[in-house]
Amino acid sequence: MAEFLVGAAAFILGMVALGLVRLLRGPGDADRIMSAQLLGTGGIAAVLLLGTATGERATLDVALTLALLAAFAAFAFVKAKLAQTPGESRAADSQ
Amino acid sequence: MIEILNFGLAALILGLAVWAVVAREAPAAVVGFIVYGLLLTLVWLQLQGIDVALTEAAIGGGLTGVLLINAAVRLRSTESTARAQRPSASTRWLAAALSATVTGALAICVLALPEPAPTLAPEVLANIAVTEVGNPITAVLLAFRAMDTLLEAIVLLFALIGVWSLAPDRAWGGRPGLLQQADPNGMLDYVARVLPPIGIVAGIYIFWIGADYPGGKFQGATLLAAMWLLVMMAGLADAPPISRSWLRWLLVAGPLAFIAVGVVGAVTAGAFLSYPHGFAKTLILVIEFALMPTLTLILGLILLGAPLRGEAA
Amino acid sequence: MKLFLDLWTVVAVVAGAFFFFAGTVGLLRFPDSLTRLHALSKADNLGLGLVVLGLLPQVDSVSAGLKLVGIWLLVLLSGATAAQWIARTFRQSGTDP
Repeated sequence: MAEFLVGAAAFILGMVALGLVRLLRGPGDADRIMSAQLLGTGGIAAVLLLGTATGERATLDVALTLALLAAFAAFAFVKAKLAQTPGESRAADSQ
Repeated sequence: MIEILNFGLAALILGLAVWAVVAREAPAAVVGFIVYGLLLTLVWLQLQGIDVALTEAAIGGGLTGVLLINAAVRLRSTESTARAQRPSASTRWLAAALSATVTGALAICVLALPEPAPTLAPEVLANIAVTEVGNPITAVLLAFRAMDTLLEAIVLLFALIGVWSLAPDRAWGGRPGLLQQADPNGMLDYVARVLPPIGIVAGIYIFWIGADYPGGKFQGATLLAAMWLLVMMAGLADAPPISRSWLRWLLVAGPLAFIAVGVVGAVTAGAFLSYPHGFAKTLILVIEFALMPTLTLILGLILLGAPLRGEAA
Repeated sequence: MKLFLDLWTVVAVVAGAFFFFAGTVGLLRFPDSLTRLHALSKADNLGLGLVVLGLLPQVDSVSAGLKLVGIWLLVLLSGATAAQWIARTFRQSGTDP
């Protein structure tokens, strides 16, 4: 069973790593942050699979930390973009 | 199978490191670096360093990303000018030679490490019983090498003072960072109301289990600081003015308690920071408990940056 | 019983891995940012959910199982709101993300 779980973790990591092509190509910053978001979720899945495969309980806490902060960078990113273009964020306000 | 996974991880990490250096636009490089931090968490897990993985997850997944994003946004207006000023060929060659030398020296050092590496781990395990804590990392950080941890806490405080010293004179004593406007859609507002209660419980939980399992005050404090930043990002609360005396007291409370415990040790157990027999775990918990709010505050305030506004909100 | 539980794990984890695959394909192949966002926020949360469901029979305590489900719920919460927020913000500000 452990071998299968490690294999699944490797497959999922490989898949979400392919999504990093969006990090290279963009075109926009939103696409880049999306590829990071996908890798974050895939990373949590891989941590859970590897943790179950090794039977190490503490890896669950690592996954818990990652899950709590999963979208933190995305929030900061959009917030920073809004702050950077005050005219546009005011336009969003009025809608 | 595990070899394929490890090899893939190593290749990805190297690729992302190159990307973070060569990417033309700062935001693209920053996202690359955030992903790099995520993968580093997995690497530490594969190296059995769960304590480090936990720290990397909290710092890399939360705080470093925000720090770099804010820096990238700040630098954006100067980016085109910086790109226009191309350094001369000799400067670039010099920089390349310097980088190559440093890399080469590091490689030689790593390759020259004795095999097997000298380790104090067996001695830690032989003596861990006297500290009464179950997690060897905590035993090292707060008993065998407590002095290092004390100095690290003080270094963090110095880092905060360094950040504050960048404040313009008129804003000194005021509130750090820019005023955050509430998000018009209410989406961030929603997350900033739902997530922090869960995050605070998780942060305290990770602090609490640190005595016996991977975890501890630093990882817990990082989570708490991230939750605090989320609330401020959503515009639900404003940063406190740095001239407040409660804030100043909280900032020094952790190190002061640590030093006080050290002095008690000097009187009762014969050496600074040594714990009297039978009280080791209690005193370790006292130190961790006192350091936690201080670390949370310091990490949050370093992320917010120098004071830029007056006291009025 | 053990065989049945292991079979459940294999089926659910494989299904979860498939959704990660689908999410990546969507992220790479869909024509514009908003559709890519849609593909990603659906697929990766479903993918993680199935992996969590698959791992549930393999953990040794109830608290570990609850933690697994809690991790999934946290990712659902922050992933869904982040996707919504990115989409709405960029649509309302009228800029191309």
